[in-house]
Amino acid sequence: MLRASLREVSAALKEGHVTPTELCQRCLSLIKSTKFLNAYITVAEETALKQAEESEKRYRRGQPLGVLDGIPIAVKDNFNTAGIETTCASNMLKGYISPYNATAVQKLLDQGAVLLGKTNLDEFAMGSGSTDGVFGPVRNPWSYSRQYKEKFVPKSHSQDEKSNWVITGGSSGGSAAAVSSFTCFAALGSDTGGSTRNPAAHCGVVGLKPTYGLISRHGLIPLVNSMDVPGILTRCVDDAAVVLGSLAGHDPKDSTTIQDDFKPFELPNVADVSKLSIGIPKEYHAPGLSSEILALWSKAADLFKNAGAKVIEVSLPHTCYSIVCYHVLCTAEVASNMARFDGLEYGHRSDMNKSTESMYAATRREGFNDVVRGRILSGNYFLLKQNYENYFIKAQKVRRLIANDFVKVFRSGVDILLTPTTLCDAVPYMEFIKEDNRTRSAQDDILTQAANMAGLPAINVPTALSERGLPIGLQFIGRSFQEKQLLTVAKWFEKQVKFPMIQLEEVKRHDHDAFQHQKSASFS
Amino acid sequence: MAVAARGCGGVWRRAWQRGAGGPSPAPRGQRAVACNARGGAVPAGKSGLAPWEPVVGLEIHAQISSNSKLFSGSQVQFAAPPNSLVSFFDASLPGTLPVLNRRCVEAAVMTGLALNCSINKKSLFDRKHYFYADLPAGYQITQQRVPIAVNGSLSYSLCIDNKMSQMVTKTVRIKQIQLEQDSGKSLHDDTRSQTLVDLNRAGVGLMEVVMEPDMCCGEEAAAAVRELQLILQTLGSSQAVMAEGQLRVDANVSVHHPGEPYGVRTEVKNINSIRFLAKAVDYEIQRQIEELESGGTILNETRAFDSKLGCTVPMRDKEGKQDYRFMPEPNLPPLILYDAKSLPANMNHQQVVNIDLIHERLPDLPSVKRAKLVERYGILPEHSFTLLNEDGLTEFFENVVKQTQMKPKKVIGWILNDLLSYLKQHSLTVKESPVSSFLLADLLNLLEKKEISSTAAKQVLAELWKGEGKTPLEIVKEKKLELIQDQKELEQICQAVIDGQENEVMAIKAGNLKVLNKLIGLVQRETRGRSNPVVVKQLLEKKLSQ
Repeated sequence: MLRASLREVSAALKEGHVTPTELCQRCLSLIKSTKFLNAYITVAEETALKQAEESEKRYRRGQPLGVLDGIPIAVKDNFNTAGIETTCASNMLKGYISPYNATAVQKLLDQGAVLLGKTNLDEFAMGSGSTDGVFGPVRNPWSYSRQYKEKFVPKSHSQDEKSNWVITGGSSGGSAAAVSSFTCFAALGSDTGGSTRNPAAHCGVVGLKPTYGLISRHGLIPLVNSMDVPGILTRCVDDAAVVLGSLAGHDPKDSTTIQDDFKPFELPNVADVSKLSIGIPKEYHAPGLSSEILALWSKAADLFKNAGAKVIEVSLPHTCYSIVCYHVLCTAEVASNMARFDGLEYGHRSDMNKSTESMYAATRREGFNDVVRGRILSGNYFLLKQNYENYFIKAQKVRRLIANDFVKVFRSGVDILLTPTTLCDAVPYMEFIKEDNRTRSAQDDILTQAANMAGLPAINVPTALSERGLPIGLQFIGRSFQEKQLLTVAKWFEKQVKFPMIQLEEVKRHDHDAFQHQKSASFS
Repeated sequence: MAVAARGCGGVWRRAWQRGAGGPSPAPRGQRAVACNARGGAVPAGKSGLAPWEPVVGLEIHAQISSNSKLFSGSQVQFAAPPNSLVSFFDASLPGTLPVLNRRCVEAAVMTGLALNCSINKKSLFDRKHYFYADLPAGYQITQQRVPIAVNGSLSYSLCIDNKMSQMVTKTVRIKQIQLEQDSGKSLHDDTRSQTLVDLNRAGVGLMEVVMEPDMCCGEEAAAAVRELQLILQTLGSSQAVMAEGQLRVDANVSVHHPGEPYGVRTEVKNINSIRFLAKAVDYEIQRQIEELESGGTILNETRAFDSKLGCTVPMRDKEGKQDYRFMPEPNLPPLILYDAKSLPANMNHQQVVNIDLIHERLPDLPSVKRAKLVERYGILPEHSFTLLNEDGLTEFFENVVKQTQMKPKKVIGWILNDLLSYLKQHSLTVKESPVSSFLLADLLNLLEKKEISSTAAKQVLAELWKGEGKTPLEIVKEKKLELIQDQKELEQICQAVIDGQENEVMAIKAGNLKVLNKLIGLVQRETRGRSNPVVVKQLLEKKLSQ
């Protein structure tokens, strides 16, 4: 049951095969037994059970609110949740309880979803490993899969199984791990430079970054306002479409959301890709791209070709400047956005009370980790009067060029771009932390952040397992607000590749036990 | 005289303020315009070289009159309990976003149009960063790059030598009007060494009006601000009450010799009334001239006006020069305004701001109102200024005119000399006047119908101020103030006066007719103002010629 898709479990709820409370309890107990993954920062057991109970009443009355009613979900801990701690994995916000719900969260709750808890991330979503938060790194569930364990050959004596766990990617690693380990059916992430798609790729789940402006950012604690979008993590493309349908649309509280109404859609089971033109951007054949991903990428292209689609190589000539440009724009906005954390209105406040200024300084030194402080420093440097033209303005111009690259390609008749999501499969934690956050982010965001610069919708679809038994995903990038087309293609592709399900002992045992328990209960 | 005055601050200041005044004629031979914009100058300094020319520019923050704040739904209200009007956005809770208040945009457009600005159909918002306890987000949202209105002008008038009869009209260019957020308020408790923060004001909409340095003395600055204040109040775009901080003025002051580049300027802040503005600017000009004359230099600094001491003092600088690290506000799309031509047909009218529509609905501005008053009632231009300067006085005047047969030209005297001076003496507003326009009209009608003399009318008015609810007629009756209609009685009184003033009678008979007025006065006194002076004069003349 826990391994079902959102739509399947929704059907089960409707037919009474399982009740929202049972479902919620099972998820909660799986969260407990997979606690070592460190996917959740806060588990909201009490409120979740209350929500499940409410949902159960609605089902009993035969009046569920919709597909999401009673569905256990998780939310990245940078979305505000009323009454439940919102920490951004930072000392700055440890213990912070927001008085309001983010619009995305509110919409899910309004449709009856059951909020299990808040998922782990890099501090303030700054990172690509989900390793740099104050609550410790998230462990990739695939580290404990039969698939990975079977392939694992220790390289040396010192490298034992225990220290061999791999990272989830980030920064929405907690959400990706939660969906991947079956503790919830969908999770919210955020995506600024690839933070939803990257961990989705490493954890073998679907990760959708919608078009900028399609989902409200109100209540999402910002990283880069002009690039942030709430991301959706699910086990399959259909589920992503369901969640998207419940979140998309104008929000009067976010002036950058679309004005037009959004019509939720269902994806066709049989799609015809023969009339499509799939673009393969040559610049995404980036240095460091692993050979097996390259091979998989070209196999995927062949799939489309064989189905009759036009597959053409295209060029996005400014791609190579993208990551540098992203760095400037990202840090500049970070410097600005983080200015509000001064210890006065909320969050951590240092005991230092010599002067207001010294209190600010101590508060921010104690509250932020090195990564956040480093980005604030460089962002402020780029925004200085003497540097503004040379860095910020230039980066903005380059951003426009990058966005124009996409416009040109799509205008030339290309419908969807197909690229890898990551350069390689997930790296063991011990190896990952050898490089600093900045280097890692620059490498790991390389294939994903351009879509954020251009505001385009993009999705990671789990494609195959690597030689090490770890997931590899490919990315589809679509036209602005053409999510339906993008997801249709992604679903078709998903069907072709038949990505294997994760074999997790914990889940198996748990799911089995739960069934046993239920059976005996019903016999008694 | 000007030369002699140079050593002495006060005299020196007067010298240039009033255009030298003394035997040495002001440049251009125009008395009293030595400090007019562009060209007026202060007489030569010690060096005997070119005269000093003060340059004054203003930055004015006007709080927009609106029910809610610029980017949030919080109420706007003066003197509410601390931190009672603070939304999540105002407190900068993480994840909150700004949503632009349409009313504030309309107020800015209205103000821009009234100040002859061109309205930018596309304007942008920026973040201006600095750390301060009453700035919760660590930045202020403002319009640094492309403000909502630019290139306007404001005409204002001021009188010369404090004489209402000598008014000149001047123009100051408006550089721009930008929309921005107000900050909160910090209260420093030095004894307990803590700072208390009130965020009620944080996020209230401001219009910053930037005036070019086209003024050259405190009086000009004060007159320009007063005119702006009247315009804002007429439009309703700001209540513009300086005492409540709805209108805040910073003055940029420098001095230089004509033909030379502008001098280093200082910024004078903390000016909270128009009177203080004039004082602060004049003091600062004076200070700079003295500083330069004595071989010193002017620092580019911020100074505060100390209203008790009447001088400007350097403000504690916030650790050197601030770099505000401006950045586009990413959460607000460009602000697009439409006119009749560009308005898309399918647009919801509730959602767009139509410049032309606002233009059509602009009320009469003060200058137009004044011209109309002069034209309609035949009053003097300077009277129209006084009428508009007092809130509600124009309406009061017009109401009296409507209800009386007295000519407006005569009514205005009663309004300005009697009503207004009484109100001023008692610190009352026009609305608080114990005498309504109806009562005053009633009284003036009695006067106009010659039922009472003007002396008696003043007595009645004095009674009316008590506000006891009596009508003028009742007071007249009660106090027996009616004109003496009995010719014989009056003749007797006149005769008695003549009989008692032999010397005066002699003087009149010798040809000194002015002395007659004294006799008329005595008759008035005798009758307690109940005699018609015209009739009395005739009677006296008749009797004296006998």
